[in-house]
Amino acid sequence: MNSNYKEPKVNKSNRKRLIIWFFVPLVILISTGFYLLLETDFFTVNIKEETLVDENNIDDFDKIENGIHVQTGFVDAPGLLETVRNCTSCHSSQLVLQNRMNKERWTATIKWMQETQNLWDLGENEAIIVNYLATNYPPKETGRRKNLDTIDWYVLEE
Amino acid sequence: MERRKFISKSVLVAMTGAIGVEIVYGLKLPETYIPLALQNPNPFELFKKDKEMVLLNERPWNMEAQAHLLDDRITPNKYMFIRNNGLVPENINAENWSLTIKGESVLKEKTYTLAELKSKFKHYTYQLTLECGGNGRSEFNPPAKGNQWNVGAVSCAEWTGVRMRDVLEDIGIKNDAVYIGYHAIDLHLSRDPNKTPISRGAPMSKVLQDETLLAFQMNGADIPLVHGYPLRLVAGGWPASVSGKWLEGISVRNKVHDGAKMTGTAYRVPCNTVAPGEKVADKDMCIIESMPVKSLITYPKTGAMITDGEKLNIRGHAWAGELEVAKMEYSIDFGATWKTCSLEKPVNRLAWQHFNAQITFPKKGYYEIWSRATDSKGTAQPMLIPGWNPKGYLNNACQRIAIKVT
Repeated sequence: MNSNYKEPKVNKSNRKRLIIWFFVPLVILISTGFYLLLETDFFTVNIKEETLVDENNIDDFDKIENGIHVQTGFVDAPGLLETVRNCTSCHSSQLVLQNRMNKERWTATIKWMQETQNLWDLGENEAIIVNYLATNYPPKETGRRKNLDTIDWYVLEE
Repeated sequence: MERRKFISKSVLVAMTGAIGVEIVYGLKLPETYIPLALQNPNPFELFKKDKEMVLLNERPWNMEAQAHLLDDRITPNKYMFIRNNGLVPENINAENWSLTIKGESVLKEKTYTLAELKSKFKHYTYQLTLECGGNGRSEFNPPAKGNQWNVGAVSCAEWTGVRMRDVLEDIGIKNDAVYIGYHAIDLHLSRDPNKTPISRGAPMSKVLQDETLLAFQMNGADIPLVHGYPLRLVAGGWPASVSGKWLEGISVRNKVHDGAKMTGTAYRVPCNTVAPGEKVADKDMCIIESMPVKSLITYPKTGAMITDGEKLNIRGHAWAGELEVAKMEYSIDFGATWKTCSLEKPVNRLAWQHFNAQITFPKKGYYEIWSRATDSKGTAQPMLIPGWNPKGYLNNACQRIAIKVT
């Protein structure tokens, strides 16, 4: 049934298509339940409106707010563009943002991705990217155990 | 507008199948329009997860619980962590699903349909603790690379399936079998069909245990898509990456399985302990087997304020990989003194155990409640972060919650 299906590239409009396919098996699971619960016109009513996907997001791709690249969450600093272009096509920016490494270890991570995860040769961008990451996302000394932080205090009622 | 293309009939058929009703005027839909029922980029709704779950990564999907969300004795889907190495399979047809068992150490390759697996072998149900090998990674110093899990990449759901052992006995394996490796249909992040996101496994001693299942149900219903629908290996007590999702094949190997994330540094720790930050050669890294002893206070949520004189009831779970938890204690004075909690036996082997205690505080102030489990061999959780390792696995340091008595 799906032999002509082409893997979508991940950008805004194709992501919507990806979600359709992503959803198919999941929705098969829940659809019977939904069908029983909901009136059958539920779906048709919405479809008649033929709403188009909002395309404004595409224009916002380069938007920077408070020093942060809104689309990815990366800090706006030299090397941002090269980092976004090369480091977010397979995995999300969140995977980068969670990590803290020095130059040597960011370089080793790139090498590991090139050897095992299909990352391409970054050429002269490698130094720019490593510098961007090591400058903006360096390791912090946290000792053997940190204090408990970010506690939301609340009154416990039993 | 060139984007206003109309969707093809085959896509419409798939969408209709998914929704369960015919989409009226469907062929007039613009290509980029997705019916409301399918329009859902929100992973919490997509995977039916509670809004308090913490999203670590959206490509691949990785999400964890907070300690207080794991209060249920049996973890429901909405609080179960998601750990993916690749992309969740995009279309699955359970009716045509099959599992092929092959490899150097099978007498003869054999394929079972999912229906055959279900009808031919006896079903078993166990509560099984699955914890990500990297749970707690965020606390290592120097920081370890990867998803920065806090405490919530652990669950204990009720899994139903057939025993891996029964299936291997049916097919017949050679005496030289040492390991199995699983093969799944998920796609590599680079979308290269020739690359495998993950293909791990376990030695025969683990595979042949009663509780090692080829599971098709979780908590009494079909396994949710993101947790491995329609067929998953479940090997409780070991890093959850051993419990491969979306299985289409098992290789019975005459050597340690060498699939993706079995080699190099993945799911391995230094064979001998190393200083924080030390470089370790691949050959000196050993595969993680049983997870270590650990516990979690799931009630109350950290940050509780109570009045002086009030007693505080705490409860939670403790687990110890292949072993049982023998003793559970808590401290309210930063580990200076410990008191015993009431601890239940596991419902079955490899299920987490429930504990509770009632605490009286001596006076007003800021307190931390620390929980410490000890396994049946006498090994307890450390209070500081345990041995540093390059990939940040196996952090089983005691959990701490903050309390104020006012």
